[in-house]
Order: sequence, then C-alpha cells, then structure tokens
Amino acid sequence: MIQRRLIPSYIFLSIVSFISVFPLFWMVTAATNNTVDVARGKIWFGDQAAVNLSNLLAGQDLWGALGNSFFYAGVQTIVAIFVCSLAGYGFELYHDKYKDKLFSVLLLAMMVPAVATMIPLFKMMAKCGFLNTVWAFMLPTISTPFLIMMFRQNSRNFPVDVIEAARIDGLSEFKIFFQMYMPIQRSTYAAAAVITFMNSWNAYMWPRVVMTDNRAQTMPMLIANLAAGYTVDYGMLMMGVLFCTVPTIIIFFILQKQFAEGITGAVK
Amino acid sequence: MEKKKRGMSITAKQKTAGWLFLTPATVLLVIMSFYPIIQAVFTSFKTGSSANMQWANPLTYNYSRMFADTIFQTAMKNTFLYLIIQVPIMLVLAMLLAQLLNNKDLKFKGFFRTCVFLPCATSLVSYSLIFKSLFATQGLINTILVKLGIFAENYNFLGTPTSAKVIIILALLWRWTGYNMVFFLAGLQNIEYSVYEAAKIDGASSWQTFWHITVPLLKPTIVMTAIMSINGTLQLFDESVNLTSGGPANATITMSHYIYNNSFGNGVANFGYASALSFIVFIFVAVLAFINMKVGDTRD
Repeated sequence: MIQRRLIPSYIFLSIVSFISVFPLFWMVTAATNNTVDVARGKIWFGDQAAVNLSNLLAGQDLWGALGNSFFYAGVQTIVAIFVCSLAGYGFELYHDKYKDKLFSVLLLAMMVPAVATMIPLFKMMAKCGFLNTVWAFMLPTISTPFLIMMFRQNSRNFPVDVIEAARIDGLSEFKIFFQMYMPIQRSTYAAAAVITFMNSWNAYMWPRVVMTDNRAQTMPMLIANLAAGYTVDYGMLMMGVLFCTVPTIIIFFILQKQFAEGITGAVK
Repeated sequence: MEKKKRGMSITAKQKTAGWLFLTPATVLLVIMSFYPIIQAVFTSFKTGSSANMQWANPLTYNYSRMFADTIFQTAMKNTFLYLIIQVPIMLVLAMLLAQLLNNKDLKFKGFFRTCVFLPCATSLVSYSLIFKSLFATQGLINTILVKLGIFAENYNFLGTPTSAKVIIILALLWRWTGYNMVFFLAGLQNIEYSVYEAAKIDGASSWQTFWHITVPLLKPTIVMTAIMSINGTLQLFDESVNLTSGGPANATITMSHYIYNNSFGNGVANFGYASALSFIVFIFVAVLAFINMKVGDTRD
C-alpha cells in the first residue's frame, strides 16, 4: 500500500498540513470559548459561542458589515469580469499592431503600487462624492492587467471558424461575444470570478481610506477595529474573524479548482 | 490559424467593434492608474494640508526630508529584511512541497494539497489577527511553551523588536507558501514524464534529476513567483497594521504602513510628503517589473 521510501514525505506533509490547518481550527474553537479560557490555552470547543456572538452584535454592526462586504465584492466581481473579458477578447481576436502596442502600455499599470495612487484616487473619489459608496470601493480595481491578461490568454484557443460562421449568419460582433464567447468561456469566467471575489472581500487598505463612515465598513475593517482596543476579548474577536473568514473558506472548498486556476490565471 | 486570421479582410464595422471592446478597460486603467501616478508625482513636490497645497520651497523639500527621516529608513530596512529572509525560504518550501505532491505514488494527495493551500482562503486581516492572538503574551503559544518548560514565564513576542519581526515572517510563510506551491505544481505538471524516465535510464539520482532537470524547467515559474512575492512584500500593509501595529516603537513598520500613517493616519494629512515616500515604492516596483519584462522576454 504505502511505499516505504515515501514515509518521510508523509511525515513532512502531515506536519505542514497540521501547521496550515491548526490556526484556522483554533480560530473556530476560540470563537466558542470565553477570553479567559482562550488565554489559558484551551484548544477544544467550548459553550460560549452564543455569548461571544451577542457581545459582538452589541458592540458592532456585524450584519451591516457582512452585507456591505457581500454587496461590494459581488458587484465588483460582476463588473470586473465583464469589463476585463471584453478587453481580453478584443485584444486577442481583433488584434493588430496598434492594439498590441496599447496592450503593452496597459501592462505598465502593473508597476503602479496601490500606495502610490491612494492619495490622488482618494481626492478624486471625494470630489465625485463617491466616498462610502460602492463606486469608491470598486472603481480603482475593476480593470486590472491581471484579469485582462487572463482573458486574453484563454481566448487564444477560441475557434475563429465559429466566429466566421456566425458573421456569415449575420450575427453582430457584440452578439457573437454575448452568445458564443461568454458561454464557451464559462470556466475562465468562473476562475476569474472566484479570484476577484476573494481579492475584493479581503481588500483592506483602500476600503479603510474611502469607507470612512461606520455604516459603509467592510468585514476586514470591522474585525481590525475589534482588535484595536487595549483589552481584547479574544473569544469575541475570533467570532468576528470567523464571520470574515467563513464565506471565503466555503468558496474555497466548493471552487478549489477554479480558485487555483484563478491564481495562476494568466500563466499558461 | 494565425495566417488565415491575418489574411482576412476586416471590415470597418469589425474594426470599430474591436476598439469598442477595449474601451471600458482602457479608460478605467488610464483614469485609475496612469493619471493618479502622474498626480502623485506632482503632489510629491508640494506641501501643506490637503485643501490648500502649494509648491514646496525648495521644490525638493519632501525628498530631502525623506533622507533625514529615520522612521522611513527603518520602514525601508524592515521591508527589505522581510523580503530577503521570507521570500527565499517560502519559495524553496513551496517547490519542495510541490515536488513531494507531484509524486504519482503518493496517497492522500488531494487531502495534503487542500490543507497546504487552505491558508490562502483567509483574508490578510483575519490571519494577522489569528497570529496576533496566538502569539499574544497571554496566548496559546506562550501557554504551551511555559507548560513544556521551554520558557520560565510568558514572553512578550509582539512587544520585542526581533521576535515581532520573526512572527511577521512566520505569518507570511504560513499565508503564502501554499499559494506559491500552486504555481510550482502547475509547472511540474507541464514537464513530460518521459523526461524523468530518460533520466532514470541514464542512472541519474533523484537529487541530480531534481537539480538538473526539474529546476531548469521550472525556471520561468521560479522567476515569476519570486517577482510576485517581492512585489507583494514591497507593498506589505495589512500584516504590519494588524499583527504588530508597526510596533514596538516602529520596529516592524513597513513602507506602505508608514506612508498610510503620513496620509490618513491619526489626524495627519501630509499628502505631499506621503506622495514623495510612495514615489520611492513606485521606483522599487517599477524596477522589479522592468526586470520581469527583461527576463520574460528571453523565455519566448
């Protein structure tokens, strides 16, 4: 069954797996214990989950932040994959030397660190009255070189004959995109959606800059505030962290393959 | 296929459609990336609060101030320290894990892969807070170490400069090793099995096979993951803010964190100076991207 020479591999992989999973397991159990037990080093489940949750709800607008995060990340995901897939499709299937030039110019945007554009973008959003709205949240990261490149790469094996046939049948260029390209590229869309949603859900620096109103805050902002005080209720904190983490973990388990594809996205 | 496509007569209508497809993404990138970075350069030569900014006198005031700013120098040192220690360890570990998981005789492959990959599903703030709690003075790690008799009394990991840095590095390793492993796994799966068989027939040891076949064939993946990791580390923010708050006394602060503090932190809105600081990060990232393009070119 198990080969002898692989035993060191099993041991090593088991240790790494344990280290990888343990902090998350501990997060779950800590959320069910009170802060004293957590500090005392209890690592098994307790019966304080309801108390931690009610403490959390008493001090924070948990449902509001959760709703915000789902709304912002959801809208951003839909808009971003639409805009970037249009571009990726255009760059690949209509390519000529001007578009190829434009593409390499757009790639330069990868050189721009978020922290360098933060101030001008903040001023821009403030001027437009977008602060504390989904617009400020998503506008800077709808169009990304990464997603455009991913769709462009994956359009490479899109059958050109199909497009020709559709044109002869009289389908317009945009109908070809909506009715033929989008359904065929389902798996690319799925991978792009997973990675965009995760990035958007986890975003922290930019939301912290533009979502200044408490009612507009996201889950990562909420849990960061929980930990900012002098005395920290660890049970309650981990309950908050749990709420921030569970949605992405569920997506991870259901769509692990798409997530892996999304990460490696543009590399083929 | 390529030739046929080029040879086709493209009607004006199709041409316009082609450009229309690109328009939304292009306009957004110009407004949200290129325009702001130019704005940032102008702002870096100005002083004053956000509402009424004037040209600095002398014009390079913000830049000369930077060279005398010991906190920024610490931030820069910290960022590079994380980079130099964490990135190589992580990439070697990721490659090793991918190599082990790529063995076709290994059982429970899917289980191990999922476990190692799982940390990627946690948000940066979440895992920072988990690590902060685990390594707190009254935290689990301390309790275990004291119970085992390794430490006589609870140690303030996050309140001591050296150990706080080590914890940030450990946390980064935990969060990103599995992420990079995915790239190496994909890279390894692209290597034909026959190559290994040929090496076996020629009598190569497994170490020789790894060093002379696997590593050279993985070179593009190694370069890419290295560039990505360096880029990420240069822009490190969430961990510094949430795990250590940059402390104790700025001992773990990163460049992005310090820039944030100067622009949106506790009541200071020093946009001019922060822009000058961020321009330094921009140069580092740009140099890195440039190297990436050069290395990437030789691949094709």
